[in-house]
Amino acid sequence: MNDKTRREFLKTATTAALATAVTPGVELFPAVHAAGTDAIRVGLIGCGGRGSGAAADVLSSAPGVTLVAMGDLFPDRLKASQDRLRQNFGDKVAVTADRSFTGFDAYQKVLASDVNYVILATPPGFRPTHLKAAVAAGKNIFTEKPVAVDGPGIRSVLATYEDAKAKGLGIVAGTQRRHQTGYLETMKRIHDGAIGSIVAARCYWNQGFLWKKDREPQWTDMEWQIRNWLYFTWLSGDHIVEQHVHNIDVVNWAMRAHPVRAVGMGGRQVRTGDAYGHIFDHFAIDYEYENGTRLMSMCRQIEGCEKNVSEALVGTQGQCRTEDKARYEIAGAKAWKFPVADDNKPYVQEHTDFIASLRAGKPLNELKTVAESTLTAIMGRMSAYTGKAVTWEQALNSQESLVPADVGFGPIATPPVAVPGQTPLV
Amino acid sequence: MRPLILASILGAVAIGLGPQTPRALAPERAAAHANYVEEVAGTRIKFDMIAIPGGTFTIGSPDGEAGRAADEGPQRQVTIRPFWMERTEVTWDEFDAFAFAAAIAGAGGVAPAATPSAADAITRPTPPYADESFGYGKGRQPAISMQHHAAMEYCRWLSAKTGRAYRLPTEAEWEYAARAGSTTAYSFGNDAAKLGDYAWYAANSGEHPHVVGGKAANAWGLHDMHGNVAEWCLDQYDASAYSRLAAGVIGPVVLPDDRRYPQVARGGSWDDDAARLRSAARRQSTPDWNRRDPQSPQSIWWFTDATSVGFRVVRAVEEQENLKGIQSKITKDSR
Repeated sequence: MNDKTRREFLKTATTAALATAVTPGVELFPAVHAAGTDAIRVGLIGCGGRGSGAAADVLSSAPGVTLVAMGDLFPDRLKASQDRLRQNFGDKVAVTADRSFTGFDAYQKVLASDVNYVILATPPGFRPTHLKAAVAAGKNIFTEKPVAVDGPGIRSVLATYEDAKAKGLGIVAGTQRRHQTGYLETMKRIHDGAIGSIVAARCYWNQGFLWKKDREPQWTDMEWQIRNWLYFTWLSGDHIVEQHVHNIDVVNWAMRAHPVRAVGMGGRQVRTGDAYGHIFDHFAIDYEYENGTRLMSMCRQIEGCEKNVSEALVGTQGQCRTEDKARYEIAGAKAWKFPVADDNKPYVQEHTDFIASLRAGKPLNELKTVAESTLTAIMGRMSAYTGKAVTWEQALNSQESLVPADVGFGPIATPPVAVPGQTPLV
Repeated sequence: MRPLILASILGAVAIGLGPQTPRALAPERAAAHANYVEEVAGTRIKFDMIAIPGGTFTIGSPDGEAGRAADEGPQRQVTIRPFWMERTEVTWDEFDAFAFAAAIAGAGGVAPAATPSAADAITRPTPPYADESFGYGKGRQPAISMQHHAAMEYCRWLSAKTGRAYRLPTEAEWEYAARAGSTTAYSFGNDAAKLGDYAWYAANSGEHPHVVGGKAANAWGLHDMHGNVAEWCLDQYDASAYSRLAAGVIGPVVLPDDRRYPQVARGGSWDDDAARLRSAARRQSTPDWNRRDPQSPQSIWWFTDATSVGFRVVRAVEEQENLKGIQSKITKDSR
């Protein structure tokens, strides 16, 4: 898309005809705003803790932003989120009853409304479908990470990325470290050669347990699983994908590449209760990049153990340590340290940056990047689940589709726990 | 044994230590008021409680004190009833037993005990995303990053576990104990050059907290009252609190309400310069301490940006009426 034309369009928000003239069939910022504004009309899809947080973040990120539509599978989640946002943001929350949607098709209804900026924050298993539909509907997208849970999902997302690019739509992902001052300043130095060439890397998300929702008698299997989505691979991708993707993404960012092969191990040793679905509670993956650089990755969700959420790079001329919110340090000839007190609020900044890019007519599109980091994590999980080495191509072309074709309330079994050496690589 | 503690055991004989000499309020109970070791049944937790005699002291700092802030005045005479105070800041070993032990026990899907104890009924922190110790280590390191609500709930849990009523110190109790009879900027005098003997702070901490009790104690046997981690007090912060203190006030406190902020934290930390470690220096919590919590509602248990706050517990010899059964009023709907 031509930047100038798009910028003009954003500034004037005149008619859909202009948008059509630029990009046939796509109405980026529908002509519902007063002339001369470039109002952001947000639709929230997925009203859980993170989605509600993201709505609060976008409303805090820039002037001219209103939340106008909300959708969630569950009415109670929608209402709690809406009430709280209204209490905290007043008039910026302009979600009427006829723009509040529940059920599995809530996302379609939000997309059919006059929003021009959607937040996708449902469990990740639904993400490829939602991304595809949002781009088809011509919406700019803030998508939470991860963006898929399996190879087929990633293939869909990569196709969606191309569609979005062709349509000039913006997409920013919830890998917020890429909008975090400490990380940005560190990466600038790494890419300027502050530690020479990277020869090895490590990354960790070792923490304790996470929340779970006790099953209520009226819940179907499906409702119970979705409310406890962390613990089902078809919904979360397992914690290596859902959570550790953040740290993997940092190393991919530093490397400006993704690994080509993974050999991993993991298991479900402590968090074995039925309430925790079937995911693993620990992984350790040896990743290999094209240039031979290795990334040692660990993630664990077991309480009472050593915790560590950080990344480290070993270069030919120095080392780098980063830990979200706590430290950003380079050692070696070009030693450097970022003052943590100067760090920003990345969860707000990502929306600020995104909206600025939209208003400047140069929409950010981070979908391919986050898809690659997501697939890196999926590749590691596949190796740990099967016990086999897994290449990038094998992960990308995997025929294993974890998400049920028809999702509806009713019975659904908890999948078996993967057994390395027995679970097939599909 | 130090004279003041001895005094409290013997019925608080006044010892001539100047204007800050404690005067016992409950001599009949004083015989039982001695240091002890608390051992929490069913855990490996053990910590020392130091008997702090009752007495009268001057809260706040004089106008001329270097680094003074306006909220440290006006100075007032305040009387404090006898209590015990934990010798050190609460460690991760101690806090983890509250925060995570139940989850560890339940991870294998084992059914909860048929007859839950009072302690079982107390809400535990929602698990934090990431590492609540921010890479600073656990064990004997001071617990950090917990919100005021979490510190209060820890006290409630500890009380239920032990049958002894623990709580956060009131701001007045905290300053009284930190001063340990002194009237100077620090408990050891006015010379900040000596601070390194008593405290971990910006000049010597290496930018991280340290294992508790590693520096010299104050005159009453309390460690790390200056520095290491700033310590939660029970009080809601009120800049003008002292101006409303009546003459002869006993046990003043600004009771915490259902607002998430601001509460009082005292003593300064590993991340602060000397002036913020002064006995009279006050700090209030702010939403900035949790500015990077990406969830809505934000956690009422953990902070994302307050790695220099912790706490220690106290226990009254005879609890004052308005603090009996004190409990946090904060819920996830609190603003």
